[in-house]
Amino acid sequence: MKPGHGEVLLSEGDPSVSEDEERLIEEFRRQLDEGMWAAVPTSTPGSGRREALMVRDYADVPPGAERVIFFPRAAGG
Amino acid sequence: MLLALLVLALVAVVLAAPVAIRVARGRIEAARAARRPWEERPLDYDPGRERRAEQRARQLLRSCVNDEEWGMYRDLGFIRVAGSQPRGRGITARRNTDHQPSDTPPYAYLLYPHKPIVAYVPADGRLLSEYCVEFPDVIGGGRTRLPPSDDVLAKWMALTSDETRVIGQANMHLVGRQLDPARVRRDLWRLSEWERRRAGSAEARRA
Repeated sequence: MKPGHGEVLLSEGDPSVSEDEERLIEEFRRQLDEGMWAAVPTSTPGSGRREALMVRDYADVPPGAERVIFFPRAAGG
Repeated sequence: MLLALLVLALVAVVLAAPVAIRVARGRIEAARAARRPWEERPLDYDPGRERRAEQRARQLLRSCVNDEEWGMYRDLGFIRVAGSQPRGRGITARRNTDHQPSDTPPYAYLLYPHKPIVAYVPADGRLLSEYCVEFPDVIGGGRTRLPPSDDVLAKWMALTSDETRVIGQANMHLVGRQLDPARVRRDLWRLSEWERRRAGSAEARRA
């Protein structure tokens, strides 16, 4: 999520392909270095309940996750 | 002769006064604006781009939340998220097992775009607190902000993933500091009516 722009595709690829994974890791770290938070939307099969999983490291991204959403860190308003 | 010259000078002064005042005001405004550049509207503000950004944000929000939450946001303009802690920050509400269905959370939040998060007790509609939280533009120097639906999604993701962290970072106030309590109560009533209609139509579909 980019202020003033909305959703912007940063990078995409297949994590099982090493070149793609390197690119994804690089972009992941760059976003976190810029002060963004990363979250993966998840759903519980059967219940219809959806929630997000905050990830602080690329290794924390659940296998099979379709996307990671980066958004600005929360601050007291 | 002298009198005529004096009269002419007076007329000239009177005629020139409005122009001089206008020029002076313009210079004062320019000087004030130069002293507070952070208050200027971004020069690259584009309403069309903002509208397109909001459309993309709505699609992203819809793809992340469930059907009930999306319908709530589309129809009412806010999303309710159940609190996950037995007792939230500053919340003294406890589950009333005598009068509450077991799936009713002890407290819940209302997420509005670009407004504080409101905590309340679903069992009796009691308003608890406002949590002022924002997602500032760290890269662009804070000149722009997220589209409204992205702001709601950011709150939703932050609350459903790490409620304690987000609420801990927010500034907590009693309801009424930024939001009108009467309006929030009306929103809770709208929400209950919306849920009643939704439950009714779901039953009708099953029948």
